[in-house]
Amino acid sequence: MFKDCTIKYNSYQGSDEDGKPKTYNCSVQIIFPNGTMKSVPMNNDNTDYQEILAWVAEGNTIAEAD
Amino acid sequence: MALSKIDVANMLTGATPVANGGTAATTLAAAGLDKRPSSKPIIINGNMAVSQRGTSFAAVGDGVYTLDRYESAKNNDGAVTITQEALTSGNAYTDGFRTALKVDVTTADGTLAGTQRFLVQQIVEAQNLQSLKFGTANAEKLTLSFWVKATKTGTHIVRMYQYDDDRSVSIAYTVSTTNTWEKKVMNFPADTTGVIDNNNGHGIQIAWAVGAGASFQSGTLATAWAGNTSANDFVGQVNGLDSTSNNFHLTGVQLEVGEFSSATLPPFQHESFGDNLSRCQRYYYKHVDRRVSVGQSDNDMIIGKGGFNAAGQFEATVHFPVTMRTAPSLVIGNGTNYFKLYVSGTTHTFDDFQIHADHINATSLYKGGFSGIQGEAGNLVINNANAFVHFNSEL
Repeated sequence: MFKDCTIKYNSYQGSDEDGKPKTYNCSVQIIFPNGTMKSVPMNNDNTDYQEILAWVAEGNTIAEAD
Repeated sequence: MALSKIDVANMLTGATPVANGGTAATTLAAAGLDKRPSSKPIIINGNMAVSQRGTSFAAVGDGVYTLDRYESAKNNDGAVTITQEALTSGNAYTDGFRTALKVDVTTADGTLAGTQRFLVQQIVEAQNLQSLKFGTANAEKLTLSFWVKATKTGTHIVRMYQYDDDRSVSIAYTVSTTNTWEKKVMNFPADTTGVIDNNNGHGIQIAWAVGAGASFQSGTLATAWAGNTSANDFVGQVNGLDSTSNNFHLTGVQLEVGEFSSATLPPFQHESFGDNLSRCQRYYYKHVDRRVSVGQSDNDMIIGKGGFNAAGQFEATVHFPVTMRTAPSLVIGNGTNYFKLYVSGTTHTFDDFQIHADHINATSLYKGGFSGIQGEAGNLVINNANAFVHFNSEL
């Protein structure tokens, strides 16, 4: 699973309840060796995200956003 | 003249109308249509007409979707290419099918060890299977029908797997003549025990084996629903992967609620291409794909219009043509300057962008790093012949 892939969070700069700038992780990016990229929402019904969670459960770590 | 009663049954069967409407229910039953749970087939893309991801898939890996709604389960030492095959002759063609899913063995695996296998499968969404009444005393039997053409004659297996309770059933069929289209009608038992949850998750997986290793064949074929035992899954399955001369073709897949024979099976429900595509788009949506030429509009294929927020991030909204099964992943072909953004007479190029919003009807694509631009509108477009933008919410 995810052999030779790069997996990291994507960050988004939004705002908090007070309107102050807030940066948070909004999705997970997978870059495959064949040039395809997936941007995966952190939604438990999404099967791509389910695979990422299974990959993490195997002891792997999602890299922080740039 | 007022219409008092419309004899729908006779319209469907082509029988001579009976005065004042006739016995509609009887005629529907005779046509085998009384058991259909809805106006739409349970199987999506049964005629293999829709293939948004492409038409040829080399060295197909495990868990890879090819033609719409058809996934491959691959674990073996060989390799196959799957194509959307155009049919021009044969029994499936004369039955009205113009496309098929073709598995072409490109690297043979003469001995499938242990858990090695290759399957072609479709997973049906759980909430679309509630009319089966599984887990109750009124559970329905099922009939699976399809056209198959295989190089390898002999015993083949179709397994149904029910996810919520880890249960399965497997039924054998025989390919009698090599490389010849044959129509199969297979009866599957009801399951009065396992309950399919009423949600948007995995319901039943229907898997056609092309080959399966010893670990799937060491028991007794599970011809009644039971807790899944892999040793009972594909007992007797021939090895369709043992030669590069081997092919396996499939089309005309239909799943009916109830027990039918080849004589009583309701006709395949041929949908318009548009209806078929719409049902596929619940699970996968090809938004823009520059690899497929559309002529004059090839340059600057538009992905979406949007604007810049205070943080120098560009955001564009994309509305999906149908409600997707769940919030989809964005799938793009990315590379150097594959995309560009037109804003106030200036062009910005970049390699990729991300998904932001988590919705089933629309989403927001965003690209950061445009410090100093704020409040402007812009157009996000394709900038490379290999770029594409798809959305995936498959099971």
